[in-house]
Amino acid sequence: MDTPLIEFQDVTKRFGPRTVLERVNLQIYEGQVTTIIGLSGAGKSVLLKHIIGMIHPDEGTIFFRGEPLTSIKNSQTAAKFAQMSYMFQNNALFDSMTVYDNIALPLRETTNLSEAEIKSRVMARIEQTELGDAVHRYPSELSGGMQKRAALARALVTDPRIVLFDEPTTGQDPVRKNAILSMIAEYQRKFGFTAVLVSHEIPNVYFISNRILALYDRTIVFQGTPEELEDFDHPFKDEVIHSLEGLQEELTGLYSRRQFKVLYHNQLKRQALGEAYCVAVFTLERLDDVIGVLGHDAAQEAIRSMGAFIDKHLGPIGGFSTRRRINEFVTVLPYSDVAECDGILKNLVGDFREQGVRSIWVGASKRTVSEQCVEFTVLGGLAQGQPFAEMDDVIELAKKQQKEIGRFMCTEKG
Amino acid sequence: MALNAKSQNLPDGRARYQLGTLLTGPFAAVGRKVMSWVGNLGAASIFLLLALLTIFRPKQLPKIVEQIYYIGASSTMIILLVGLFTGMVLSLQSYHALVKFGAQGSLGTLVVLSLVRELGPVLTGIMITARAGSAITAEIGIQRISEQIDALSTMRIDPLRYLVSPRITASIISFPLLTALFDLIGILGGYLTGVVILGVNSGIYFHRIQASVELKDVTDGFIKAIVFGVIVSTICCYQGYFAHMRTDSHGAKAVGLSTTSAVVLSCVLILVADYVVTSLLI
Repeated sequence: MDTPLIEFQDVTKRFGPRTVLERVNLQIYEGQVTTIIGLSGAGKSVLLKHIIGMIHPDEGTIFFRGEPLTSIKNSQTAAKFAQMSYMFQNNALFDSMTVYDNIALPLRETTNLSEAEIKSRVMARIEQTELGDAVHRYPSELSGGMQKRAALARALVTDPRIVLFDEPTTGQDPVRKNAILSMIAEYQRKFGFTAVLVSHEIPNVYFISNRILALYDRTIVFQGTPEELEDFDHPFKDEVIHSLEGLQEELTGLYSRRQFKVLYHNQLKRQALGEAYCVAVFTLERLDDVIGVLGHDAAQEAIRSMGAFIDKHLGPIGGFSTRRRINEFVTVLPYSDVAECDGILKNLVGDFREQGVRSIWVGASKRTVSEQCVEFTVLGGLAQGQPFAEMDDVIELAKKQQKEIGRFMCTEKG
Repeated sequence: MALNAKSQNLPDGRARYQLGTLLTGPFAAVGRKVMSWVGNLGAASIFLLLALLTIFRPKQLPKIVEQIYYIGASSTMIILLVGLFTGMVLSLQSYHALVKFGAQGSLGTLVVLSLVRELGPVLTGIMITARAGSAITAEIGIQRISEQIDALSTMRIDPLRYLVSPRITASIISFPLLTALFDLIGILGGYLTGVVILGVNSGIYFHRIQASVELKDVTDGFIKAIVFGVIVSTICCYQGYFAHMRTDSHGAKAVGLSTTSAVVLSCVLILVADYVVTSLLI
């Protein structure tokens, strides 16, 4: 594997008699979204502040591109830290400055750019973060989501190579939480920075993270992909992940992935006894277009509405569903063979065309001020569950069968 | 007194220890307080030094001008008001004392020397502490507890350069100017009471002022004003900057207590420094 961008080796930090971090070892790789998860008060923010140099370790070494920070000259350390931005949990916007001045501040104070150049850069970030209406407003006049966006714009205005996010979704409603995470993922793709998040929004962070670091009992107990975390056997999983994840997903109200897995394995046992079942996979296509035209909040509301519609139709006949990816839902229909499932799906498609697509649009429209229309499609696919088959294999099979089951089209009347 | 070891059935060693603690306790408490004071004094001195070192960095001028407006120009009205009434009451009290000796002609001398040497710098310092100093502490304190100062550090902006240095510089410039204004309006106040109301001769009043004030009196007053400016701005910025490190409270309450401490300390130190500077200058 490549040399890590940031590496901790046996880092220990104490505050008085209290040890917060003990022999922490971790690696953060360039261009990835890395999320540090753990319970509140576990030391996640302290760990993040070590990365940006606000706190120094009592023991151990922090490496930046393979070089220990302690052996780098002060001027070079400053240059390395200048590549980083930090987004605070409570945004830390300057409340006596307008949104424009807040975003312009790091450029005004740390560069020699002309005011015209600063204005062009700031306005570009304001446009990208959909803050056009808030340029001359003060932070206290903004909603929580807009404050987050302003903080994000300020963090990104210096074109940093690394952005550290300290619990960026704290205090937000489920739609807004997912909108903020989706926004971080979008900008990370757009600008290519390395993102390090501290969060306990499980499973939402799985949808956007390349790597997960688990902080438990003062040290890092897991490093790997979200998929690898599924197979991780450690008390951390029971004490932290299961307690944070719960039985239902917060945004959609559908089963959590863990609960879905439990139900799925029960179904497999039944199938071994001769009961048939099938798996349906639904995808909301062109989500990026929805984000682009209506914004992140509207896109998340569309996802929530779609999940609710699927559950409303398939739940009463015994189907159980979960969200597998940011825009992908999986439903298991027990006691049904493919022919029956096909009938159920046809009914669903009919309803989707009559009401479902419209309800997704109505949901999305509620969360935007834009009067523009955007087209999107919904795909659906079906597969027969096989005895002893791996869940992911059946889902992939259903995905391959996906075809368009609904489309929202904009007419000239809007 | 229940210190007898036998009466309390305590071992002799423990009783001696308790007695020792009782006797040395007050001294230890005073010692801790003094150590804390000395520590804070040292920290505030380093704080001031680090802030002064950044005065001449680029991009400081607009911030200094802004603070001169906020600390200096915005305090003009209150200084005019206090200066006017101070001059008036000084003149009123002095006239009735002087008239007993038939020396009412010396009213101008008494008014101007009192104002230029003492009352001008001291009252100006106290008034600016009340108006701008408390606001400086509260503003910086809130910025501290809401992580705005940490945000500056993460943006590679030196908080001392950005927040503290312009305020100290602005105070060094504003205090003497406001003191001069206070002196002038005080003399005018003295004129209103002494000449217009009580009937002292106008020519004698101004002649005495001109004859009795030397340049040294004015420069000494300005030196005092500069010293007070440094003291007030340093204490107010320091209290706000370290509001989060208070051990007696947290959050908004810590900001409130820091503001109170800043005002009280500034006022006390103005009076202490006034004596020290006066004794050095005389």
